[in-house]
Amino acid sequence: MYSEKVMDHFMNPRNVGTLEDADGIGEVGNPVCGDMMTFYIKVRDDKIDDIKFNTFGCAAAIAVSSMVSEMAKGKTLKDARAITKDSVAAALEGLPKQKMHCSNLGAEALTKAIENYEKKNSA
Amino acid sequence: MQIVYMDHAASTPVRREVLEEMLPFFQERFGNPSAIYDIGIDIKGVIEDQREKVANLIGAEAKEIVFTSSGAEANNLAVKGAVLANRKKGNHIIVSTIEHHSVLNAARFFERMMDYEVTFLPVNNYGLVDPQRLAELVREETVLVSIMHGNNEIGTIEPISGLAAICRDKGVLFHTDAVATVGNIPVNVKDLNVDMLSLTGPPLGAPKGIGALYFRSNTRLMPLIHGGIQEMGRRGGTENVPGIVGLGKAAELTLNELPEKTKHVKNLKDRLVSGIMDRIEEITYTGHPENRLPGHASFCIAAIEGEALLLMLNQAGIYANTGSACASKALKISPVLVAIGVPAEIAQGSIVFTLDRDNTAPEVDYILEKLPAVVERLRSFSPLWKKNI
Repeated sequence: MYSEKVMDHFMNPRNVGTLEDADGIGEVGNPVCGDMMTFYIKVRDDKIDDIKFNTFGCAAAIAVSSMVSEMAKGKTLKDARAITKDSVAAALEGLPKQKMHCSNLGAEALTKAIENYEKKNSA
Repeated sequence: MQIVYMDHAASTPVRREVLEEMLPFFQERFGNPSAIYDIGIDIKGVIEDQREKVANLIGAEAKEIVFTSSGAEANNLAVKGAVLANRKKGNHIIVSTIEHHSVLNAARFFERMMDYEVTFLPVNNYGLVDPQRLAELVREETVLVSIMHGNNEIGTIEPISGLAAICRDKGVLFHTDAVATVGNIPVNVKDLNVDMLSLTGPPLGAPKGIGALYFRSNTRLMPLIHGGIQEMGRRGGTENVPGIVGLGKAAELTLNELPEKTKHVKNLKDRLVSGIMDRIEEITYTGHPENRLPGHASFCIAAIEGEALLLMLNQAGIYANTGSACASKALKISPVLVAIGVPAEIAQGSIVFTLDRDNTAPEVDYILEKLPAVVERLRSFSPLWKKNI
């Protein structure tokens, strides 16, 4: 059902956890639907200096979160915003069709974390 | 790596004795039971012997057994066959909210395609139907009531004889889906007082692709598969002879071995349940604690999701089941867990172990070693787990 890449990121997710002094936090999904993720970012010189996440959900949701965190780490905010559902799925060597929408929420959570950072810093 | 299979409600291995009994009927004894020459008549006799064995297991007469392709077909034949044959009586059907889809969707078929009304009888938090409520809902136009004997997702066993008696008094046909119970606990159609009862091969150690419907001898049934007069005209199509032989042999073995099997799986299940409840916090044991299938253990584990749990257990060689939305093709939480009032986010963490005769105490202990670690790991990722909030 899942690619080797998905199983690897599910069994050994990268960057799991929280950042107490996060510059931005983004949360999407809800437990009733079955998937929920929270991303925490630290920003330095307009780049994602550190990133952590917590995810409740299926194997796909956990693998997506892990992959997004890897893709985003070290990127400029502009480049990090360019991460999409499709680019995450491609990096995971594909996701089952029914998981494309409900579990592939990582890019959205990351975007929300970036927006949260930008909002705090524009005030 | 150790392999522990505890999803026997989904599938079981065919018993060796059953397979050996079946094998001659694929090649040497291939005759069509409807043929009039001796190698056909011989097979016809074999089928009737199996009918007798299946009837014996559940306290029925041989003529009251129809072989089907599955438990789902038996359920369809019971619901559709009885409702269609009795359409002059009325247009009301009652089923419980925790029925298998083969009963639920057969009932909904009449609601959608014809002018029938279906009442869904609710259950309490243990998954038990209330007999009083049933008595209130049965009315003049009610044609059929179908309530399952044992539930595969939460293990609860319904008080069928009392429910059936209510219907008998009011002259309403009563069917029970006993797919989860026949082969796991003693089942007797006279004690249960039912008009129809569905069963299937795998819980008995027979193969997939064979089931049966018991129907009390005077029950009118419209066939679903029109054809020849096989199965006394109640199901057309050349008989699945090897499957029928397998079911017959399995029924014969089950009749003798059931008390031993029931005791064995109940002991293992009790060890599994108490071990899990001791080792994992914020966990709910779903279904009725006592009135349940002997080898059935079902839980909802807070702050984690069932598909992820199953796949991580898979990596440890443990095979179980879940009612979580993410693991279902429809992406919906198990309607059974919804019906017993489990909150949606808790239902996501559903896990079901179904044990059988081949399971052992070391296998239970292996689960008790691995499951808590897997739960702890998934909780360490979860934004819903208290330590991460």
